[in-house]
Amino acid sequence: MAEEKKGFSHDTIERNTLLLIVLILITVSIGGLVQIVPLFTIESTIEKVDGVRPYSPLELAGQNIYYREGCYNCHSQQIRPFRDEVERYGHYSLAAESMYDHPFQWGSKRTGPDLARVGGKYSNDWQVAHLVDPRAVVPESIMPGYAWMKDRPLKYTDIQDHMKTLRIVGVPYTDEQIASAKADLEAQKNPDADTAGLMKRYPKAVVANFTGNKGVTEMDALVAYLQVLGTMVDFTKYQSPKQLQQ
Amino acid sequence: MAQKEKDALSGVETTGHEWDGLRELNNPLPKWWLYIFYVCIAWSLVYYVLYPAWPLGKSYTKGLLGYSQREELVQKVAEGKKAQEKYLTAIAATSVEDIQKNKDLLAFAMAGGRSYFNENCAACHGAGGQGAKGFPTLADDVWLWGGTTADIYKTIQHGIRADDADTRGTVGIGMTAFGKDGILNREQIGQVAEYVLSLNKRSTDAAAAAKGKTVYDENCAACHGDSAQGSVAAGLDVGAPPLVTANWLYGGDKASLVETITNGRAGVMPAWSKRLDDATVKSLAVYVHNLGGGK
Repeated sequence: MAEEKKGFSHDTIERNTLLLIVLILITVSIGGLVQIVPLFTIESTIEKVDGVRPYSPLELAGQNIYYREGCYNCHSQQIRPFRDEVERYGHYSLAAESMYDHPFQWGSKRTGPDLARVGGKYSNDWQVAHLVDPRAVVPESIMPGYAWMKDRPLKYTDIQDHMKTLRIVGVPYTDEQIASAKADLEAQKNPDADTAGLMKRYPKAVVANFTGNKGVTEMDALVAYLQVLGTMVDFTKYQSPKQLQQ
Repeated sequence: MAQKEKDALSGVETTGHEWDGLRELNNPLPKWWLYIFYVCIAWSLVYYVLYPAWPLGKSYTKGLLGYSQREELVQKVAEGKKAQEKYLTAIAATSVEDIQKNKDLLAFAMAGGRSYFNENCAACHGAGGQGAKGFPTLADDVWLWGGTTADIYKTIQHGIRADDADTRGTVGIGMTAFGKDGILNREQIGQVAEYVLSLNKRSTDAAAAAKGKTVYDENCAACHGDSAQGSVAAGLDVGAPPLVTANWLYGGDKASLVETITNGRAGVMPAWSKRLDDATVKSLAVYVHNLGGGK
């Protein structure tokens, strides 16, 4: 057969490395495209729920610390739709709840508990005490301590750049939000500040002097981030899976 | 069709591909493997029809079975609830005191309360309610906000200084920072700390303690009570602990006392009625009351 057939044959492909690479790439990408592209067009991929907003500047800085410290290596942020998970952690996670995370923090490893709904579960004081020395409050914990973070000043001169970059990839930060970023960041850490603007731009943000320090420290940012996780959507409005699909 | 070539040594057909004189044997796939492969292809066709499978632009094929992981969860949760329904409805309809009087309900509430406590409460209060610095012990008989089952129930429901209309205390307001806010000077703080130590017969400076009593009466007695018996014993709902016991939430040595008086304290507990249903909160109240310290 091979001898008689003219033109295209496996011989041509196998003897031409560049052609082989191109054809392999095309074949493999078909598999990827078939799985990924429909998720962008199917309307129910990201649920339309009220309440999910971009992170406030302080929360965003905290999320960056969460990335930096690799918290995702031990903590997932995705409650799966199984009975044991929802009874332990609360309502299962929605894609909408992580749509402004770049990169998202769903994770697949749970050395520690899931953190998708840790916001408001413990007091600010507990979060700080626990980060400083996990075993002081949870004796059986194997989490490393982050005591140094409590007094380490947060670098936030570039917070507006972070927000602008996120806007390029689709996070709807407004010009107003970017312009007031530094003031908002400082206000969220100061319970005596005028936070009306902050709360209007970022509803449900937790305002507190988390660490009790004068300046904004890295732990202030991280706790502000942890305390908003999973609190944005009011699930009393979405009682059934059908309501989530509209 | 070209002539089929056979490898002389093994007697197996070759594929006819040749690389520098080397030829590839064309061994057939094992039959068992091949048939399983075909069955898998056939099954995938069945699966496409029964389950959600193909994207259709903005939507996707839902499948004949109408399967949805989220609907399945609703069903599983309902099944679980149904098995417990008898107890859950009874607990929701019964006051916490009456749950404790009913042997069956008490057993159920204790079992449920235990697992909910370990998941939600133990991080702060410890697995046995032993507490930690800043997080009250639940296994002793000192209660900042009342130790009856009804008190505990209310505290768990609405939290302490929490984001809840009926929360105990006031959000952001706790013990005054007497030093930081300039109400007492260093000397006065030292004196009142000595006085508090003297309440447990631990004072080392009797003269300072005597002066500290005046400071106490003027600044502290309003919340902690005239005889430092604590707000609960004094009939107040402000969460001020008694200062005459050996139990100290933030440490009872002089340095800790000075720190507390200087900076104030305002412990926060979340309002759990937002997170847990009423039967669960009641079970927790009963469980906490049974940890050993309930009144």
